[in-house]
Amino acid sequence: MAKKPVTFTLNGAERAAFADDGENLLQFLRRGVGDLGPKYGCGQGSCGACTVLVDGAPHLSCLMLAEAVAGRRVETVSGLARDGALHPLQEAFMDGFAAQCGYCTPGMLMAAKALLDRNPRPSRDEVVEAIGGNLCRCTGYAPIIEAILAAAERRATA
Amino acid sequence: MMEFRKEFFADDRDDDLVTIGQPVRRQDILGHVTGRSPFYDDHLFEGLLHIRCARAPHHHARIRRIDTSEAERMPGVVRVLTGRDVPRNLNTLLSLLDFGLDDEPILAETKTAYRGEPVAAVIAETEAQARDAVLKVRVDWEELPHVLDPEESLKPGAPVVCDVYPLNRFVYHGKYDHQKLRYGDVEAAFAAADHIVEGRYQMSPIEQAPIETCGAIAAPEVNDRYVCYTGTQGLFFSLGTAAKVLQMPSSRLHFVGGTVGGGFGGKVDSVHEPIAILGAMLTARPCKFAWDREEEMQVGAPRGAERWYIKDAVARDGRILARKFTGYFDAGAYTRLSSYAVIKSVGHLPGPYTIPNVSADVYCVYTNRTPSTAMRGFGITGVDFAIECHMDKVAETVGMNPIDLRILNAYRDGDMKAHRRVAKNCALVECCQVVADKAGVTLAAEARDATSLTGGGGARGELPAFTRTDDHGRVEGFDTGSYARKGGTAPASASPPRSPVPARAEGQRASAGGSMPPADAARSRAPAQPQPAPQAPVQPPASAAQVPPASERTAQPGAARRAGALRFSSLSGFRRR
Repeated sequence: MAKKPVTFTLNGAERAAFADDGENLLQFLRRGVGDLGPKYGCGQGSCGACTVLVDGAPHLSCLMLAEAVAGRRVETVSGLARDGALHPLQEAFMDGFAAQCGYCTPGMLMAAKALLDRNPRPSRDEVVEAIGGNLCRCTGYAPIIEAILAAAERRATA
Repeated sequence: MMEFRKEFFADDRDDDLVTIGQPVRRQDILGHVTGRSPFYDDHLFEGLLHIRCARAPHHHARIRRIDTSEAERMPGVVRVLTGRDVPRNLNTLLSLLDFGLDDEPILAETKTAYRGEPVAAVIAETEAQARDAVLKVRVDWEELPHVLDPEESLKPGAPVVCDVYPLNRFVYHGKYDHQKLRYGDVEAAFAAADHIVEGRYQMSPIEQAPIETCGAIAAPEVNDRYVCYTGTQGLFFSLGTAAKVLQMPSSRLHFVGGTVGGGFGGKVDSVHEPIAILGAMLTARPCKFAWDREEEMQVGAPRGAERWYIKDAVARDGRILARKFTGYFDAGAYTRLSSYAVIKSVGHLPGPYTIPNVSADVYCVYTNRTPSTAMRGFGITGVDFAIECHMDKVAETVGMNPIDLRILNAYRDGDMKAHRRVAKNCALVECCQVVADKAGVTLAAEARDATSLTGGGGARGELPAFTRTDDHGRVEGFDTGSYARKGGTAPASASPPRSPVPARAEGQRASAGGSMPPADAARSRAPAQPQPAPQAPVQPPASAAQVPPASERTAQPGAARRAGALRFSSLSGFRRR
């Protein structure tokens, strides 16, 4: 199987790794690059646990070819905290009991970050829409929505 | 806002309940929000191999022949496992608790009893290669008649789903083909009742559907041990199961778990661990066995289907004088945890109501559907749905508001329950009053004034003067000394444990003469099935109950030591009765 070199930016740092022919971005990040933040939940784009940002927009990494991120900017939950400081979304999720098993959390956080980056003061409906592709089987949606709204509030008043 | 009236739980709670309604930080939340919580698949291994199973395409079929030769020649395939590679290829979770017989192969050898049952496990360098090779496992199938409905399954002439239970039903207490509850005399009450209210209720299976699918990674460790990272909900259940299936002492297994990406019951009785460890033993490399989403949904054991028949004797004023249940739990093809679901369910009958005459016959039935298992309140939620639907039907029959009817019949402190324990700390009356208030329903004066603290006990706290018993469903040929222990012999389909020959780390196949089987693997063919008496944890070699007949024993020193799992029976409480 041919391997292709892929050079991209991961959480602000230049990275290069070989991707297998046809390898999806999720497996490439986890096995090839060693970023274990994105999670496998379905492999078919229905659960959102593998959500990452590519050039700022949320993408399902299980449905994206690894080579498609060549030269692009990828963000995962692993890069959300910077210089030892948690992102306001992370703080709000911790304070608001917005995670139970924690498996959907990396995808939820990235979907929420994409929203707040483009719309710092979203309405509740906009939050619901933004995480509409992310399943939480512990059914903790209400605290998650509250936490995202609280993070937006916190950032606006900080 | 949650309301918690401490006076009703004064016996149970001595704190000030200041935490109720307040957010509390989880101890594992920092890992969750930083993506660093160590789920089993977050452990990276160099040279990790991937396991995928070939599965039955039929509901019920005999296996004439399994041909893995073509699959073994596929690119990247390291090894193909079949049932012959599994040291003890017959298992059920609760036999670890001395409850029920091992009835399910890890990899089917002679027949499959549900669509999707695994018959072979391909171990390959990549997941894609394992998938490709699975398609090349050739099985010569002979389709058998199948049964998918529990009541059909109990009819004479129905196909036998599971050879270990030829009547298609679990045997309780070694005596009955169902779990019984007898309290008072329902037939006498039916004869005298103003109204008879009957109903039939049923529920479908429900998949737990955790976002993290079931799986495990195993790898050879130093000192002849194996490490296993797993998403199991029951780490010690999984450890015991792996020790039993692989016929090795649990001290050779290093299990790491506790970080579970959602379970909801579906990760209680997994067999990913023994399969992954067996792969690691036979390839000397780390092996991962994980379900994809389709497997999680199709072959993952769900909450089982249930069907309930309820018949009530009701007085004109709404008091329920008798309630009779006939229930069918659809276990699917194998027992898993359905046997226990029935026990739990019958302990819960007749619901939170004081009814002086109660009778129940509840069956754990085998069908050719996917085996069912634990899920959030299993054994309770299904019958509660039936009971509460039925309460509405009773209310309609007597022309009462359904909330008034529930308050009239609710447990009060001091009442005797049908399972012969006194009710205490009751709060159903108060819950109903709050519900009525929130829903804007005006209660009758007596219901509004009722409390759980008054009106109970006295005659309501007495056991019935007479309880009608019967021998319906009596089963012969089972030893009553232990749960469903069948006359001291292994089930017909049990095969002696086999010794896997571990691969060398260098990757060469060990020769038959030059390799020792794992030190403990071959030492006993004592099947891990119920035994007649509680045993001390450390067995002297002379213990008849633990040592197989001399002719079946190997000559190895230490042969009498128990292989497989620890027993928890003295703790389980199941032994009583």
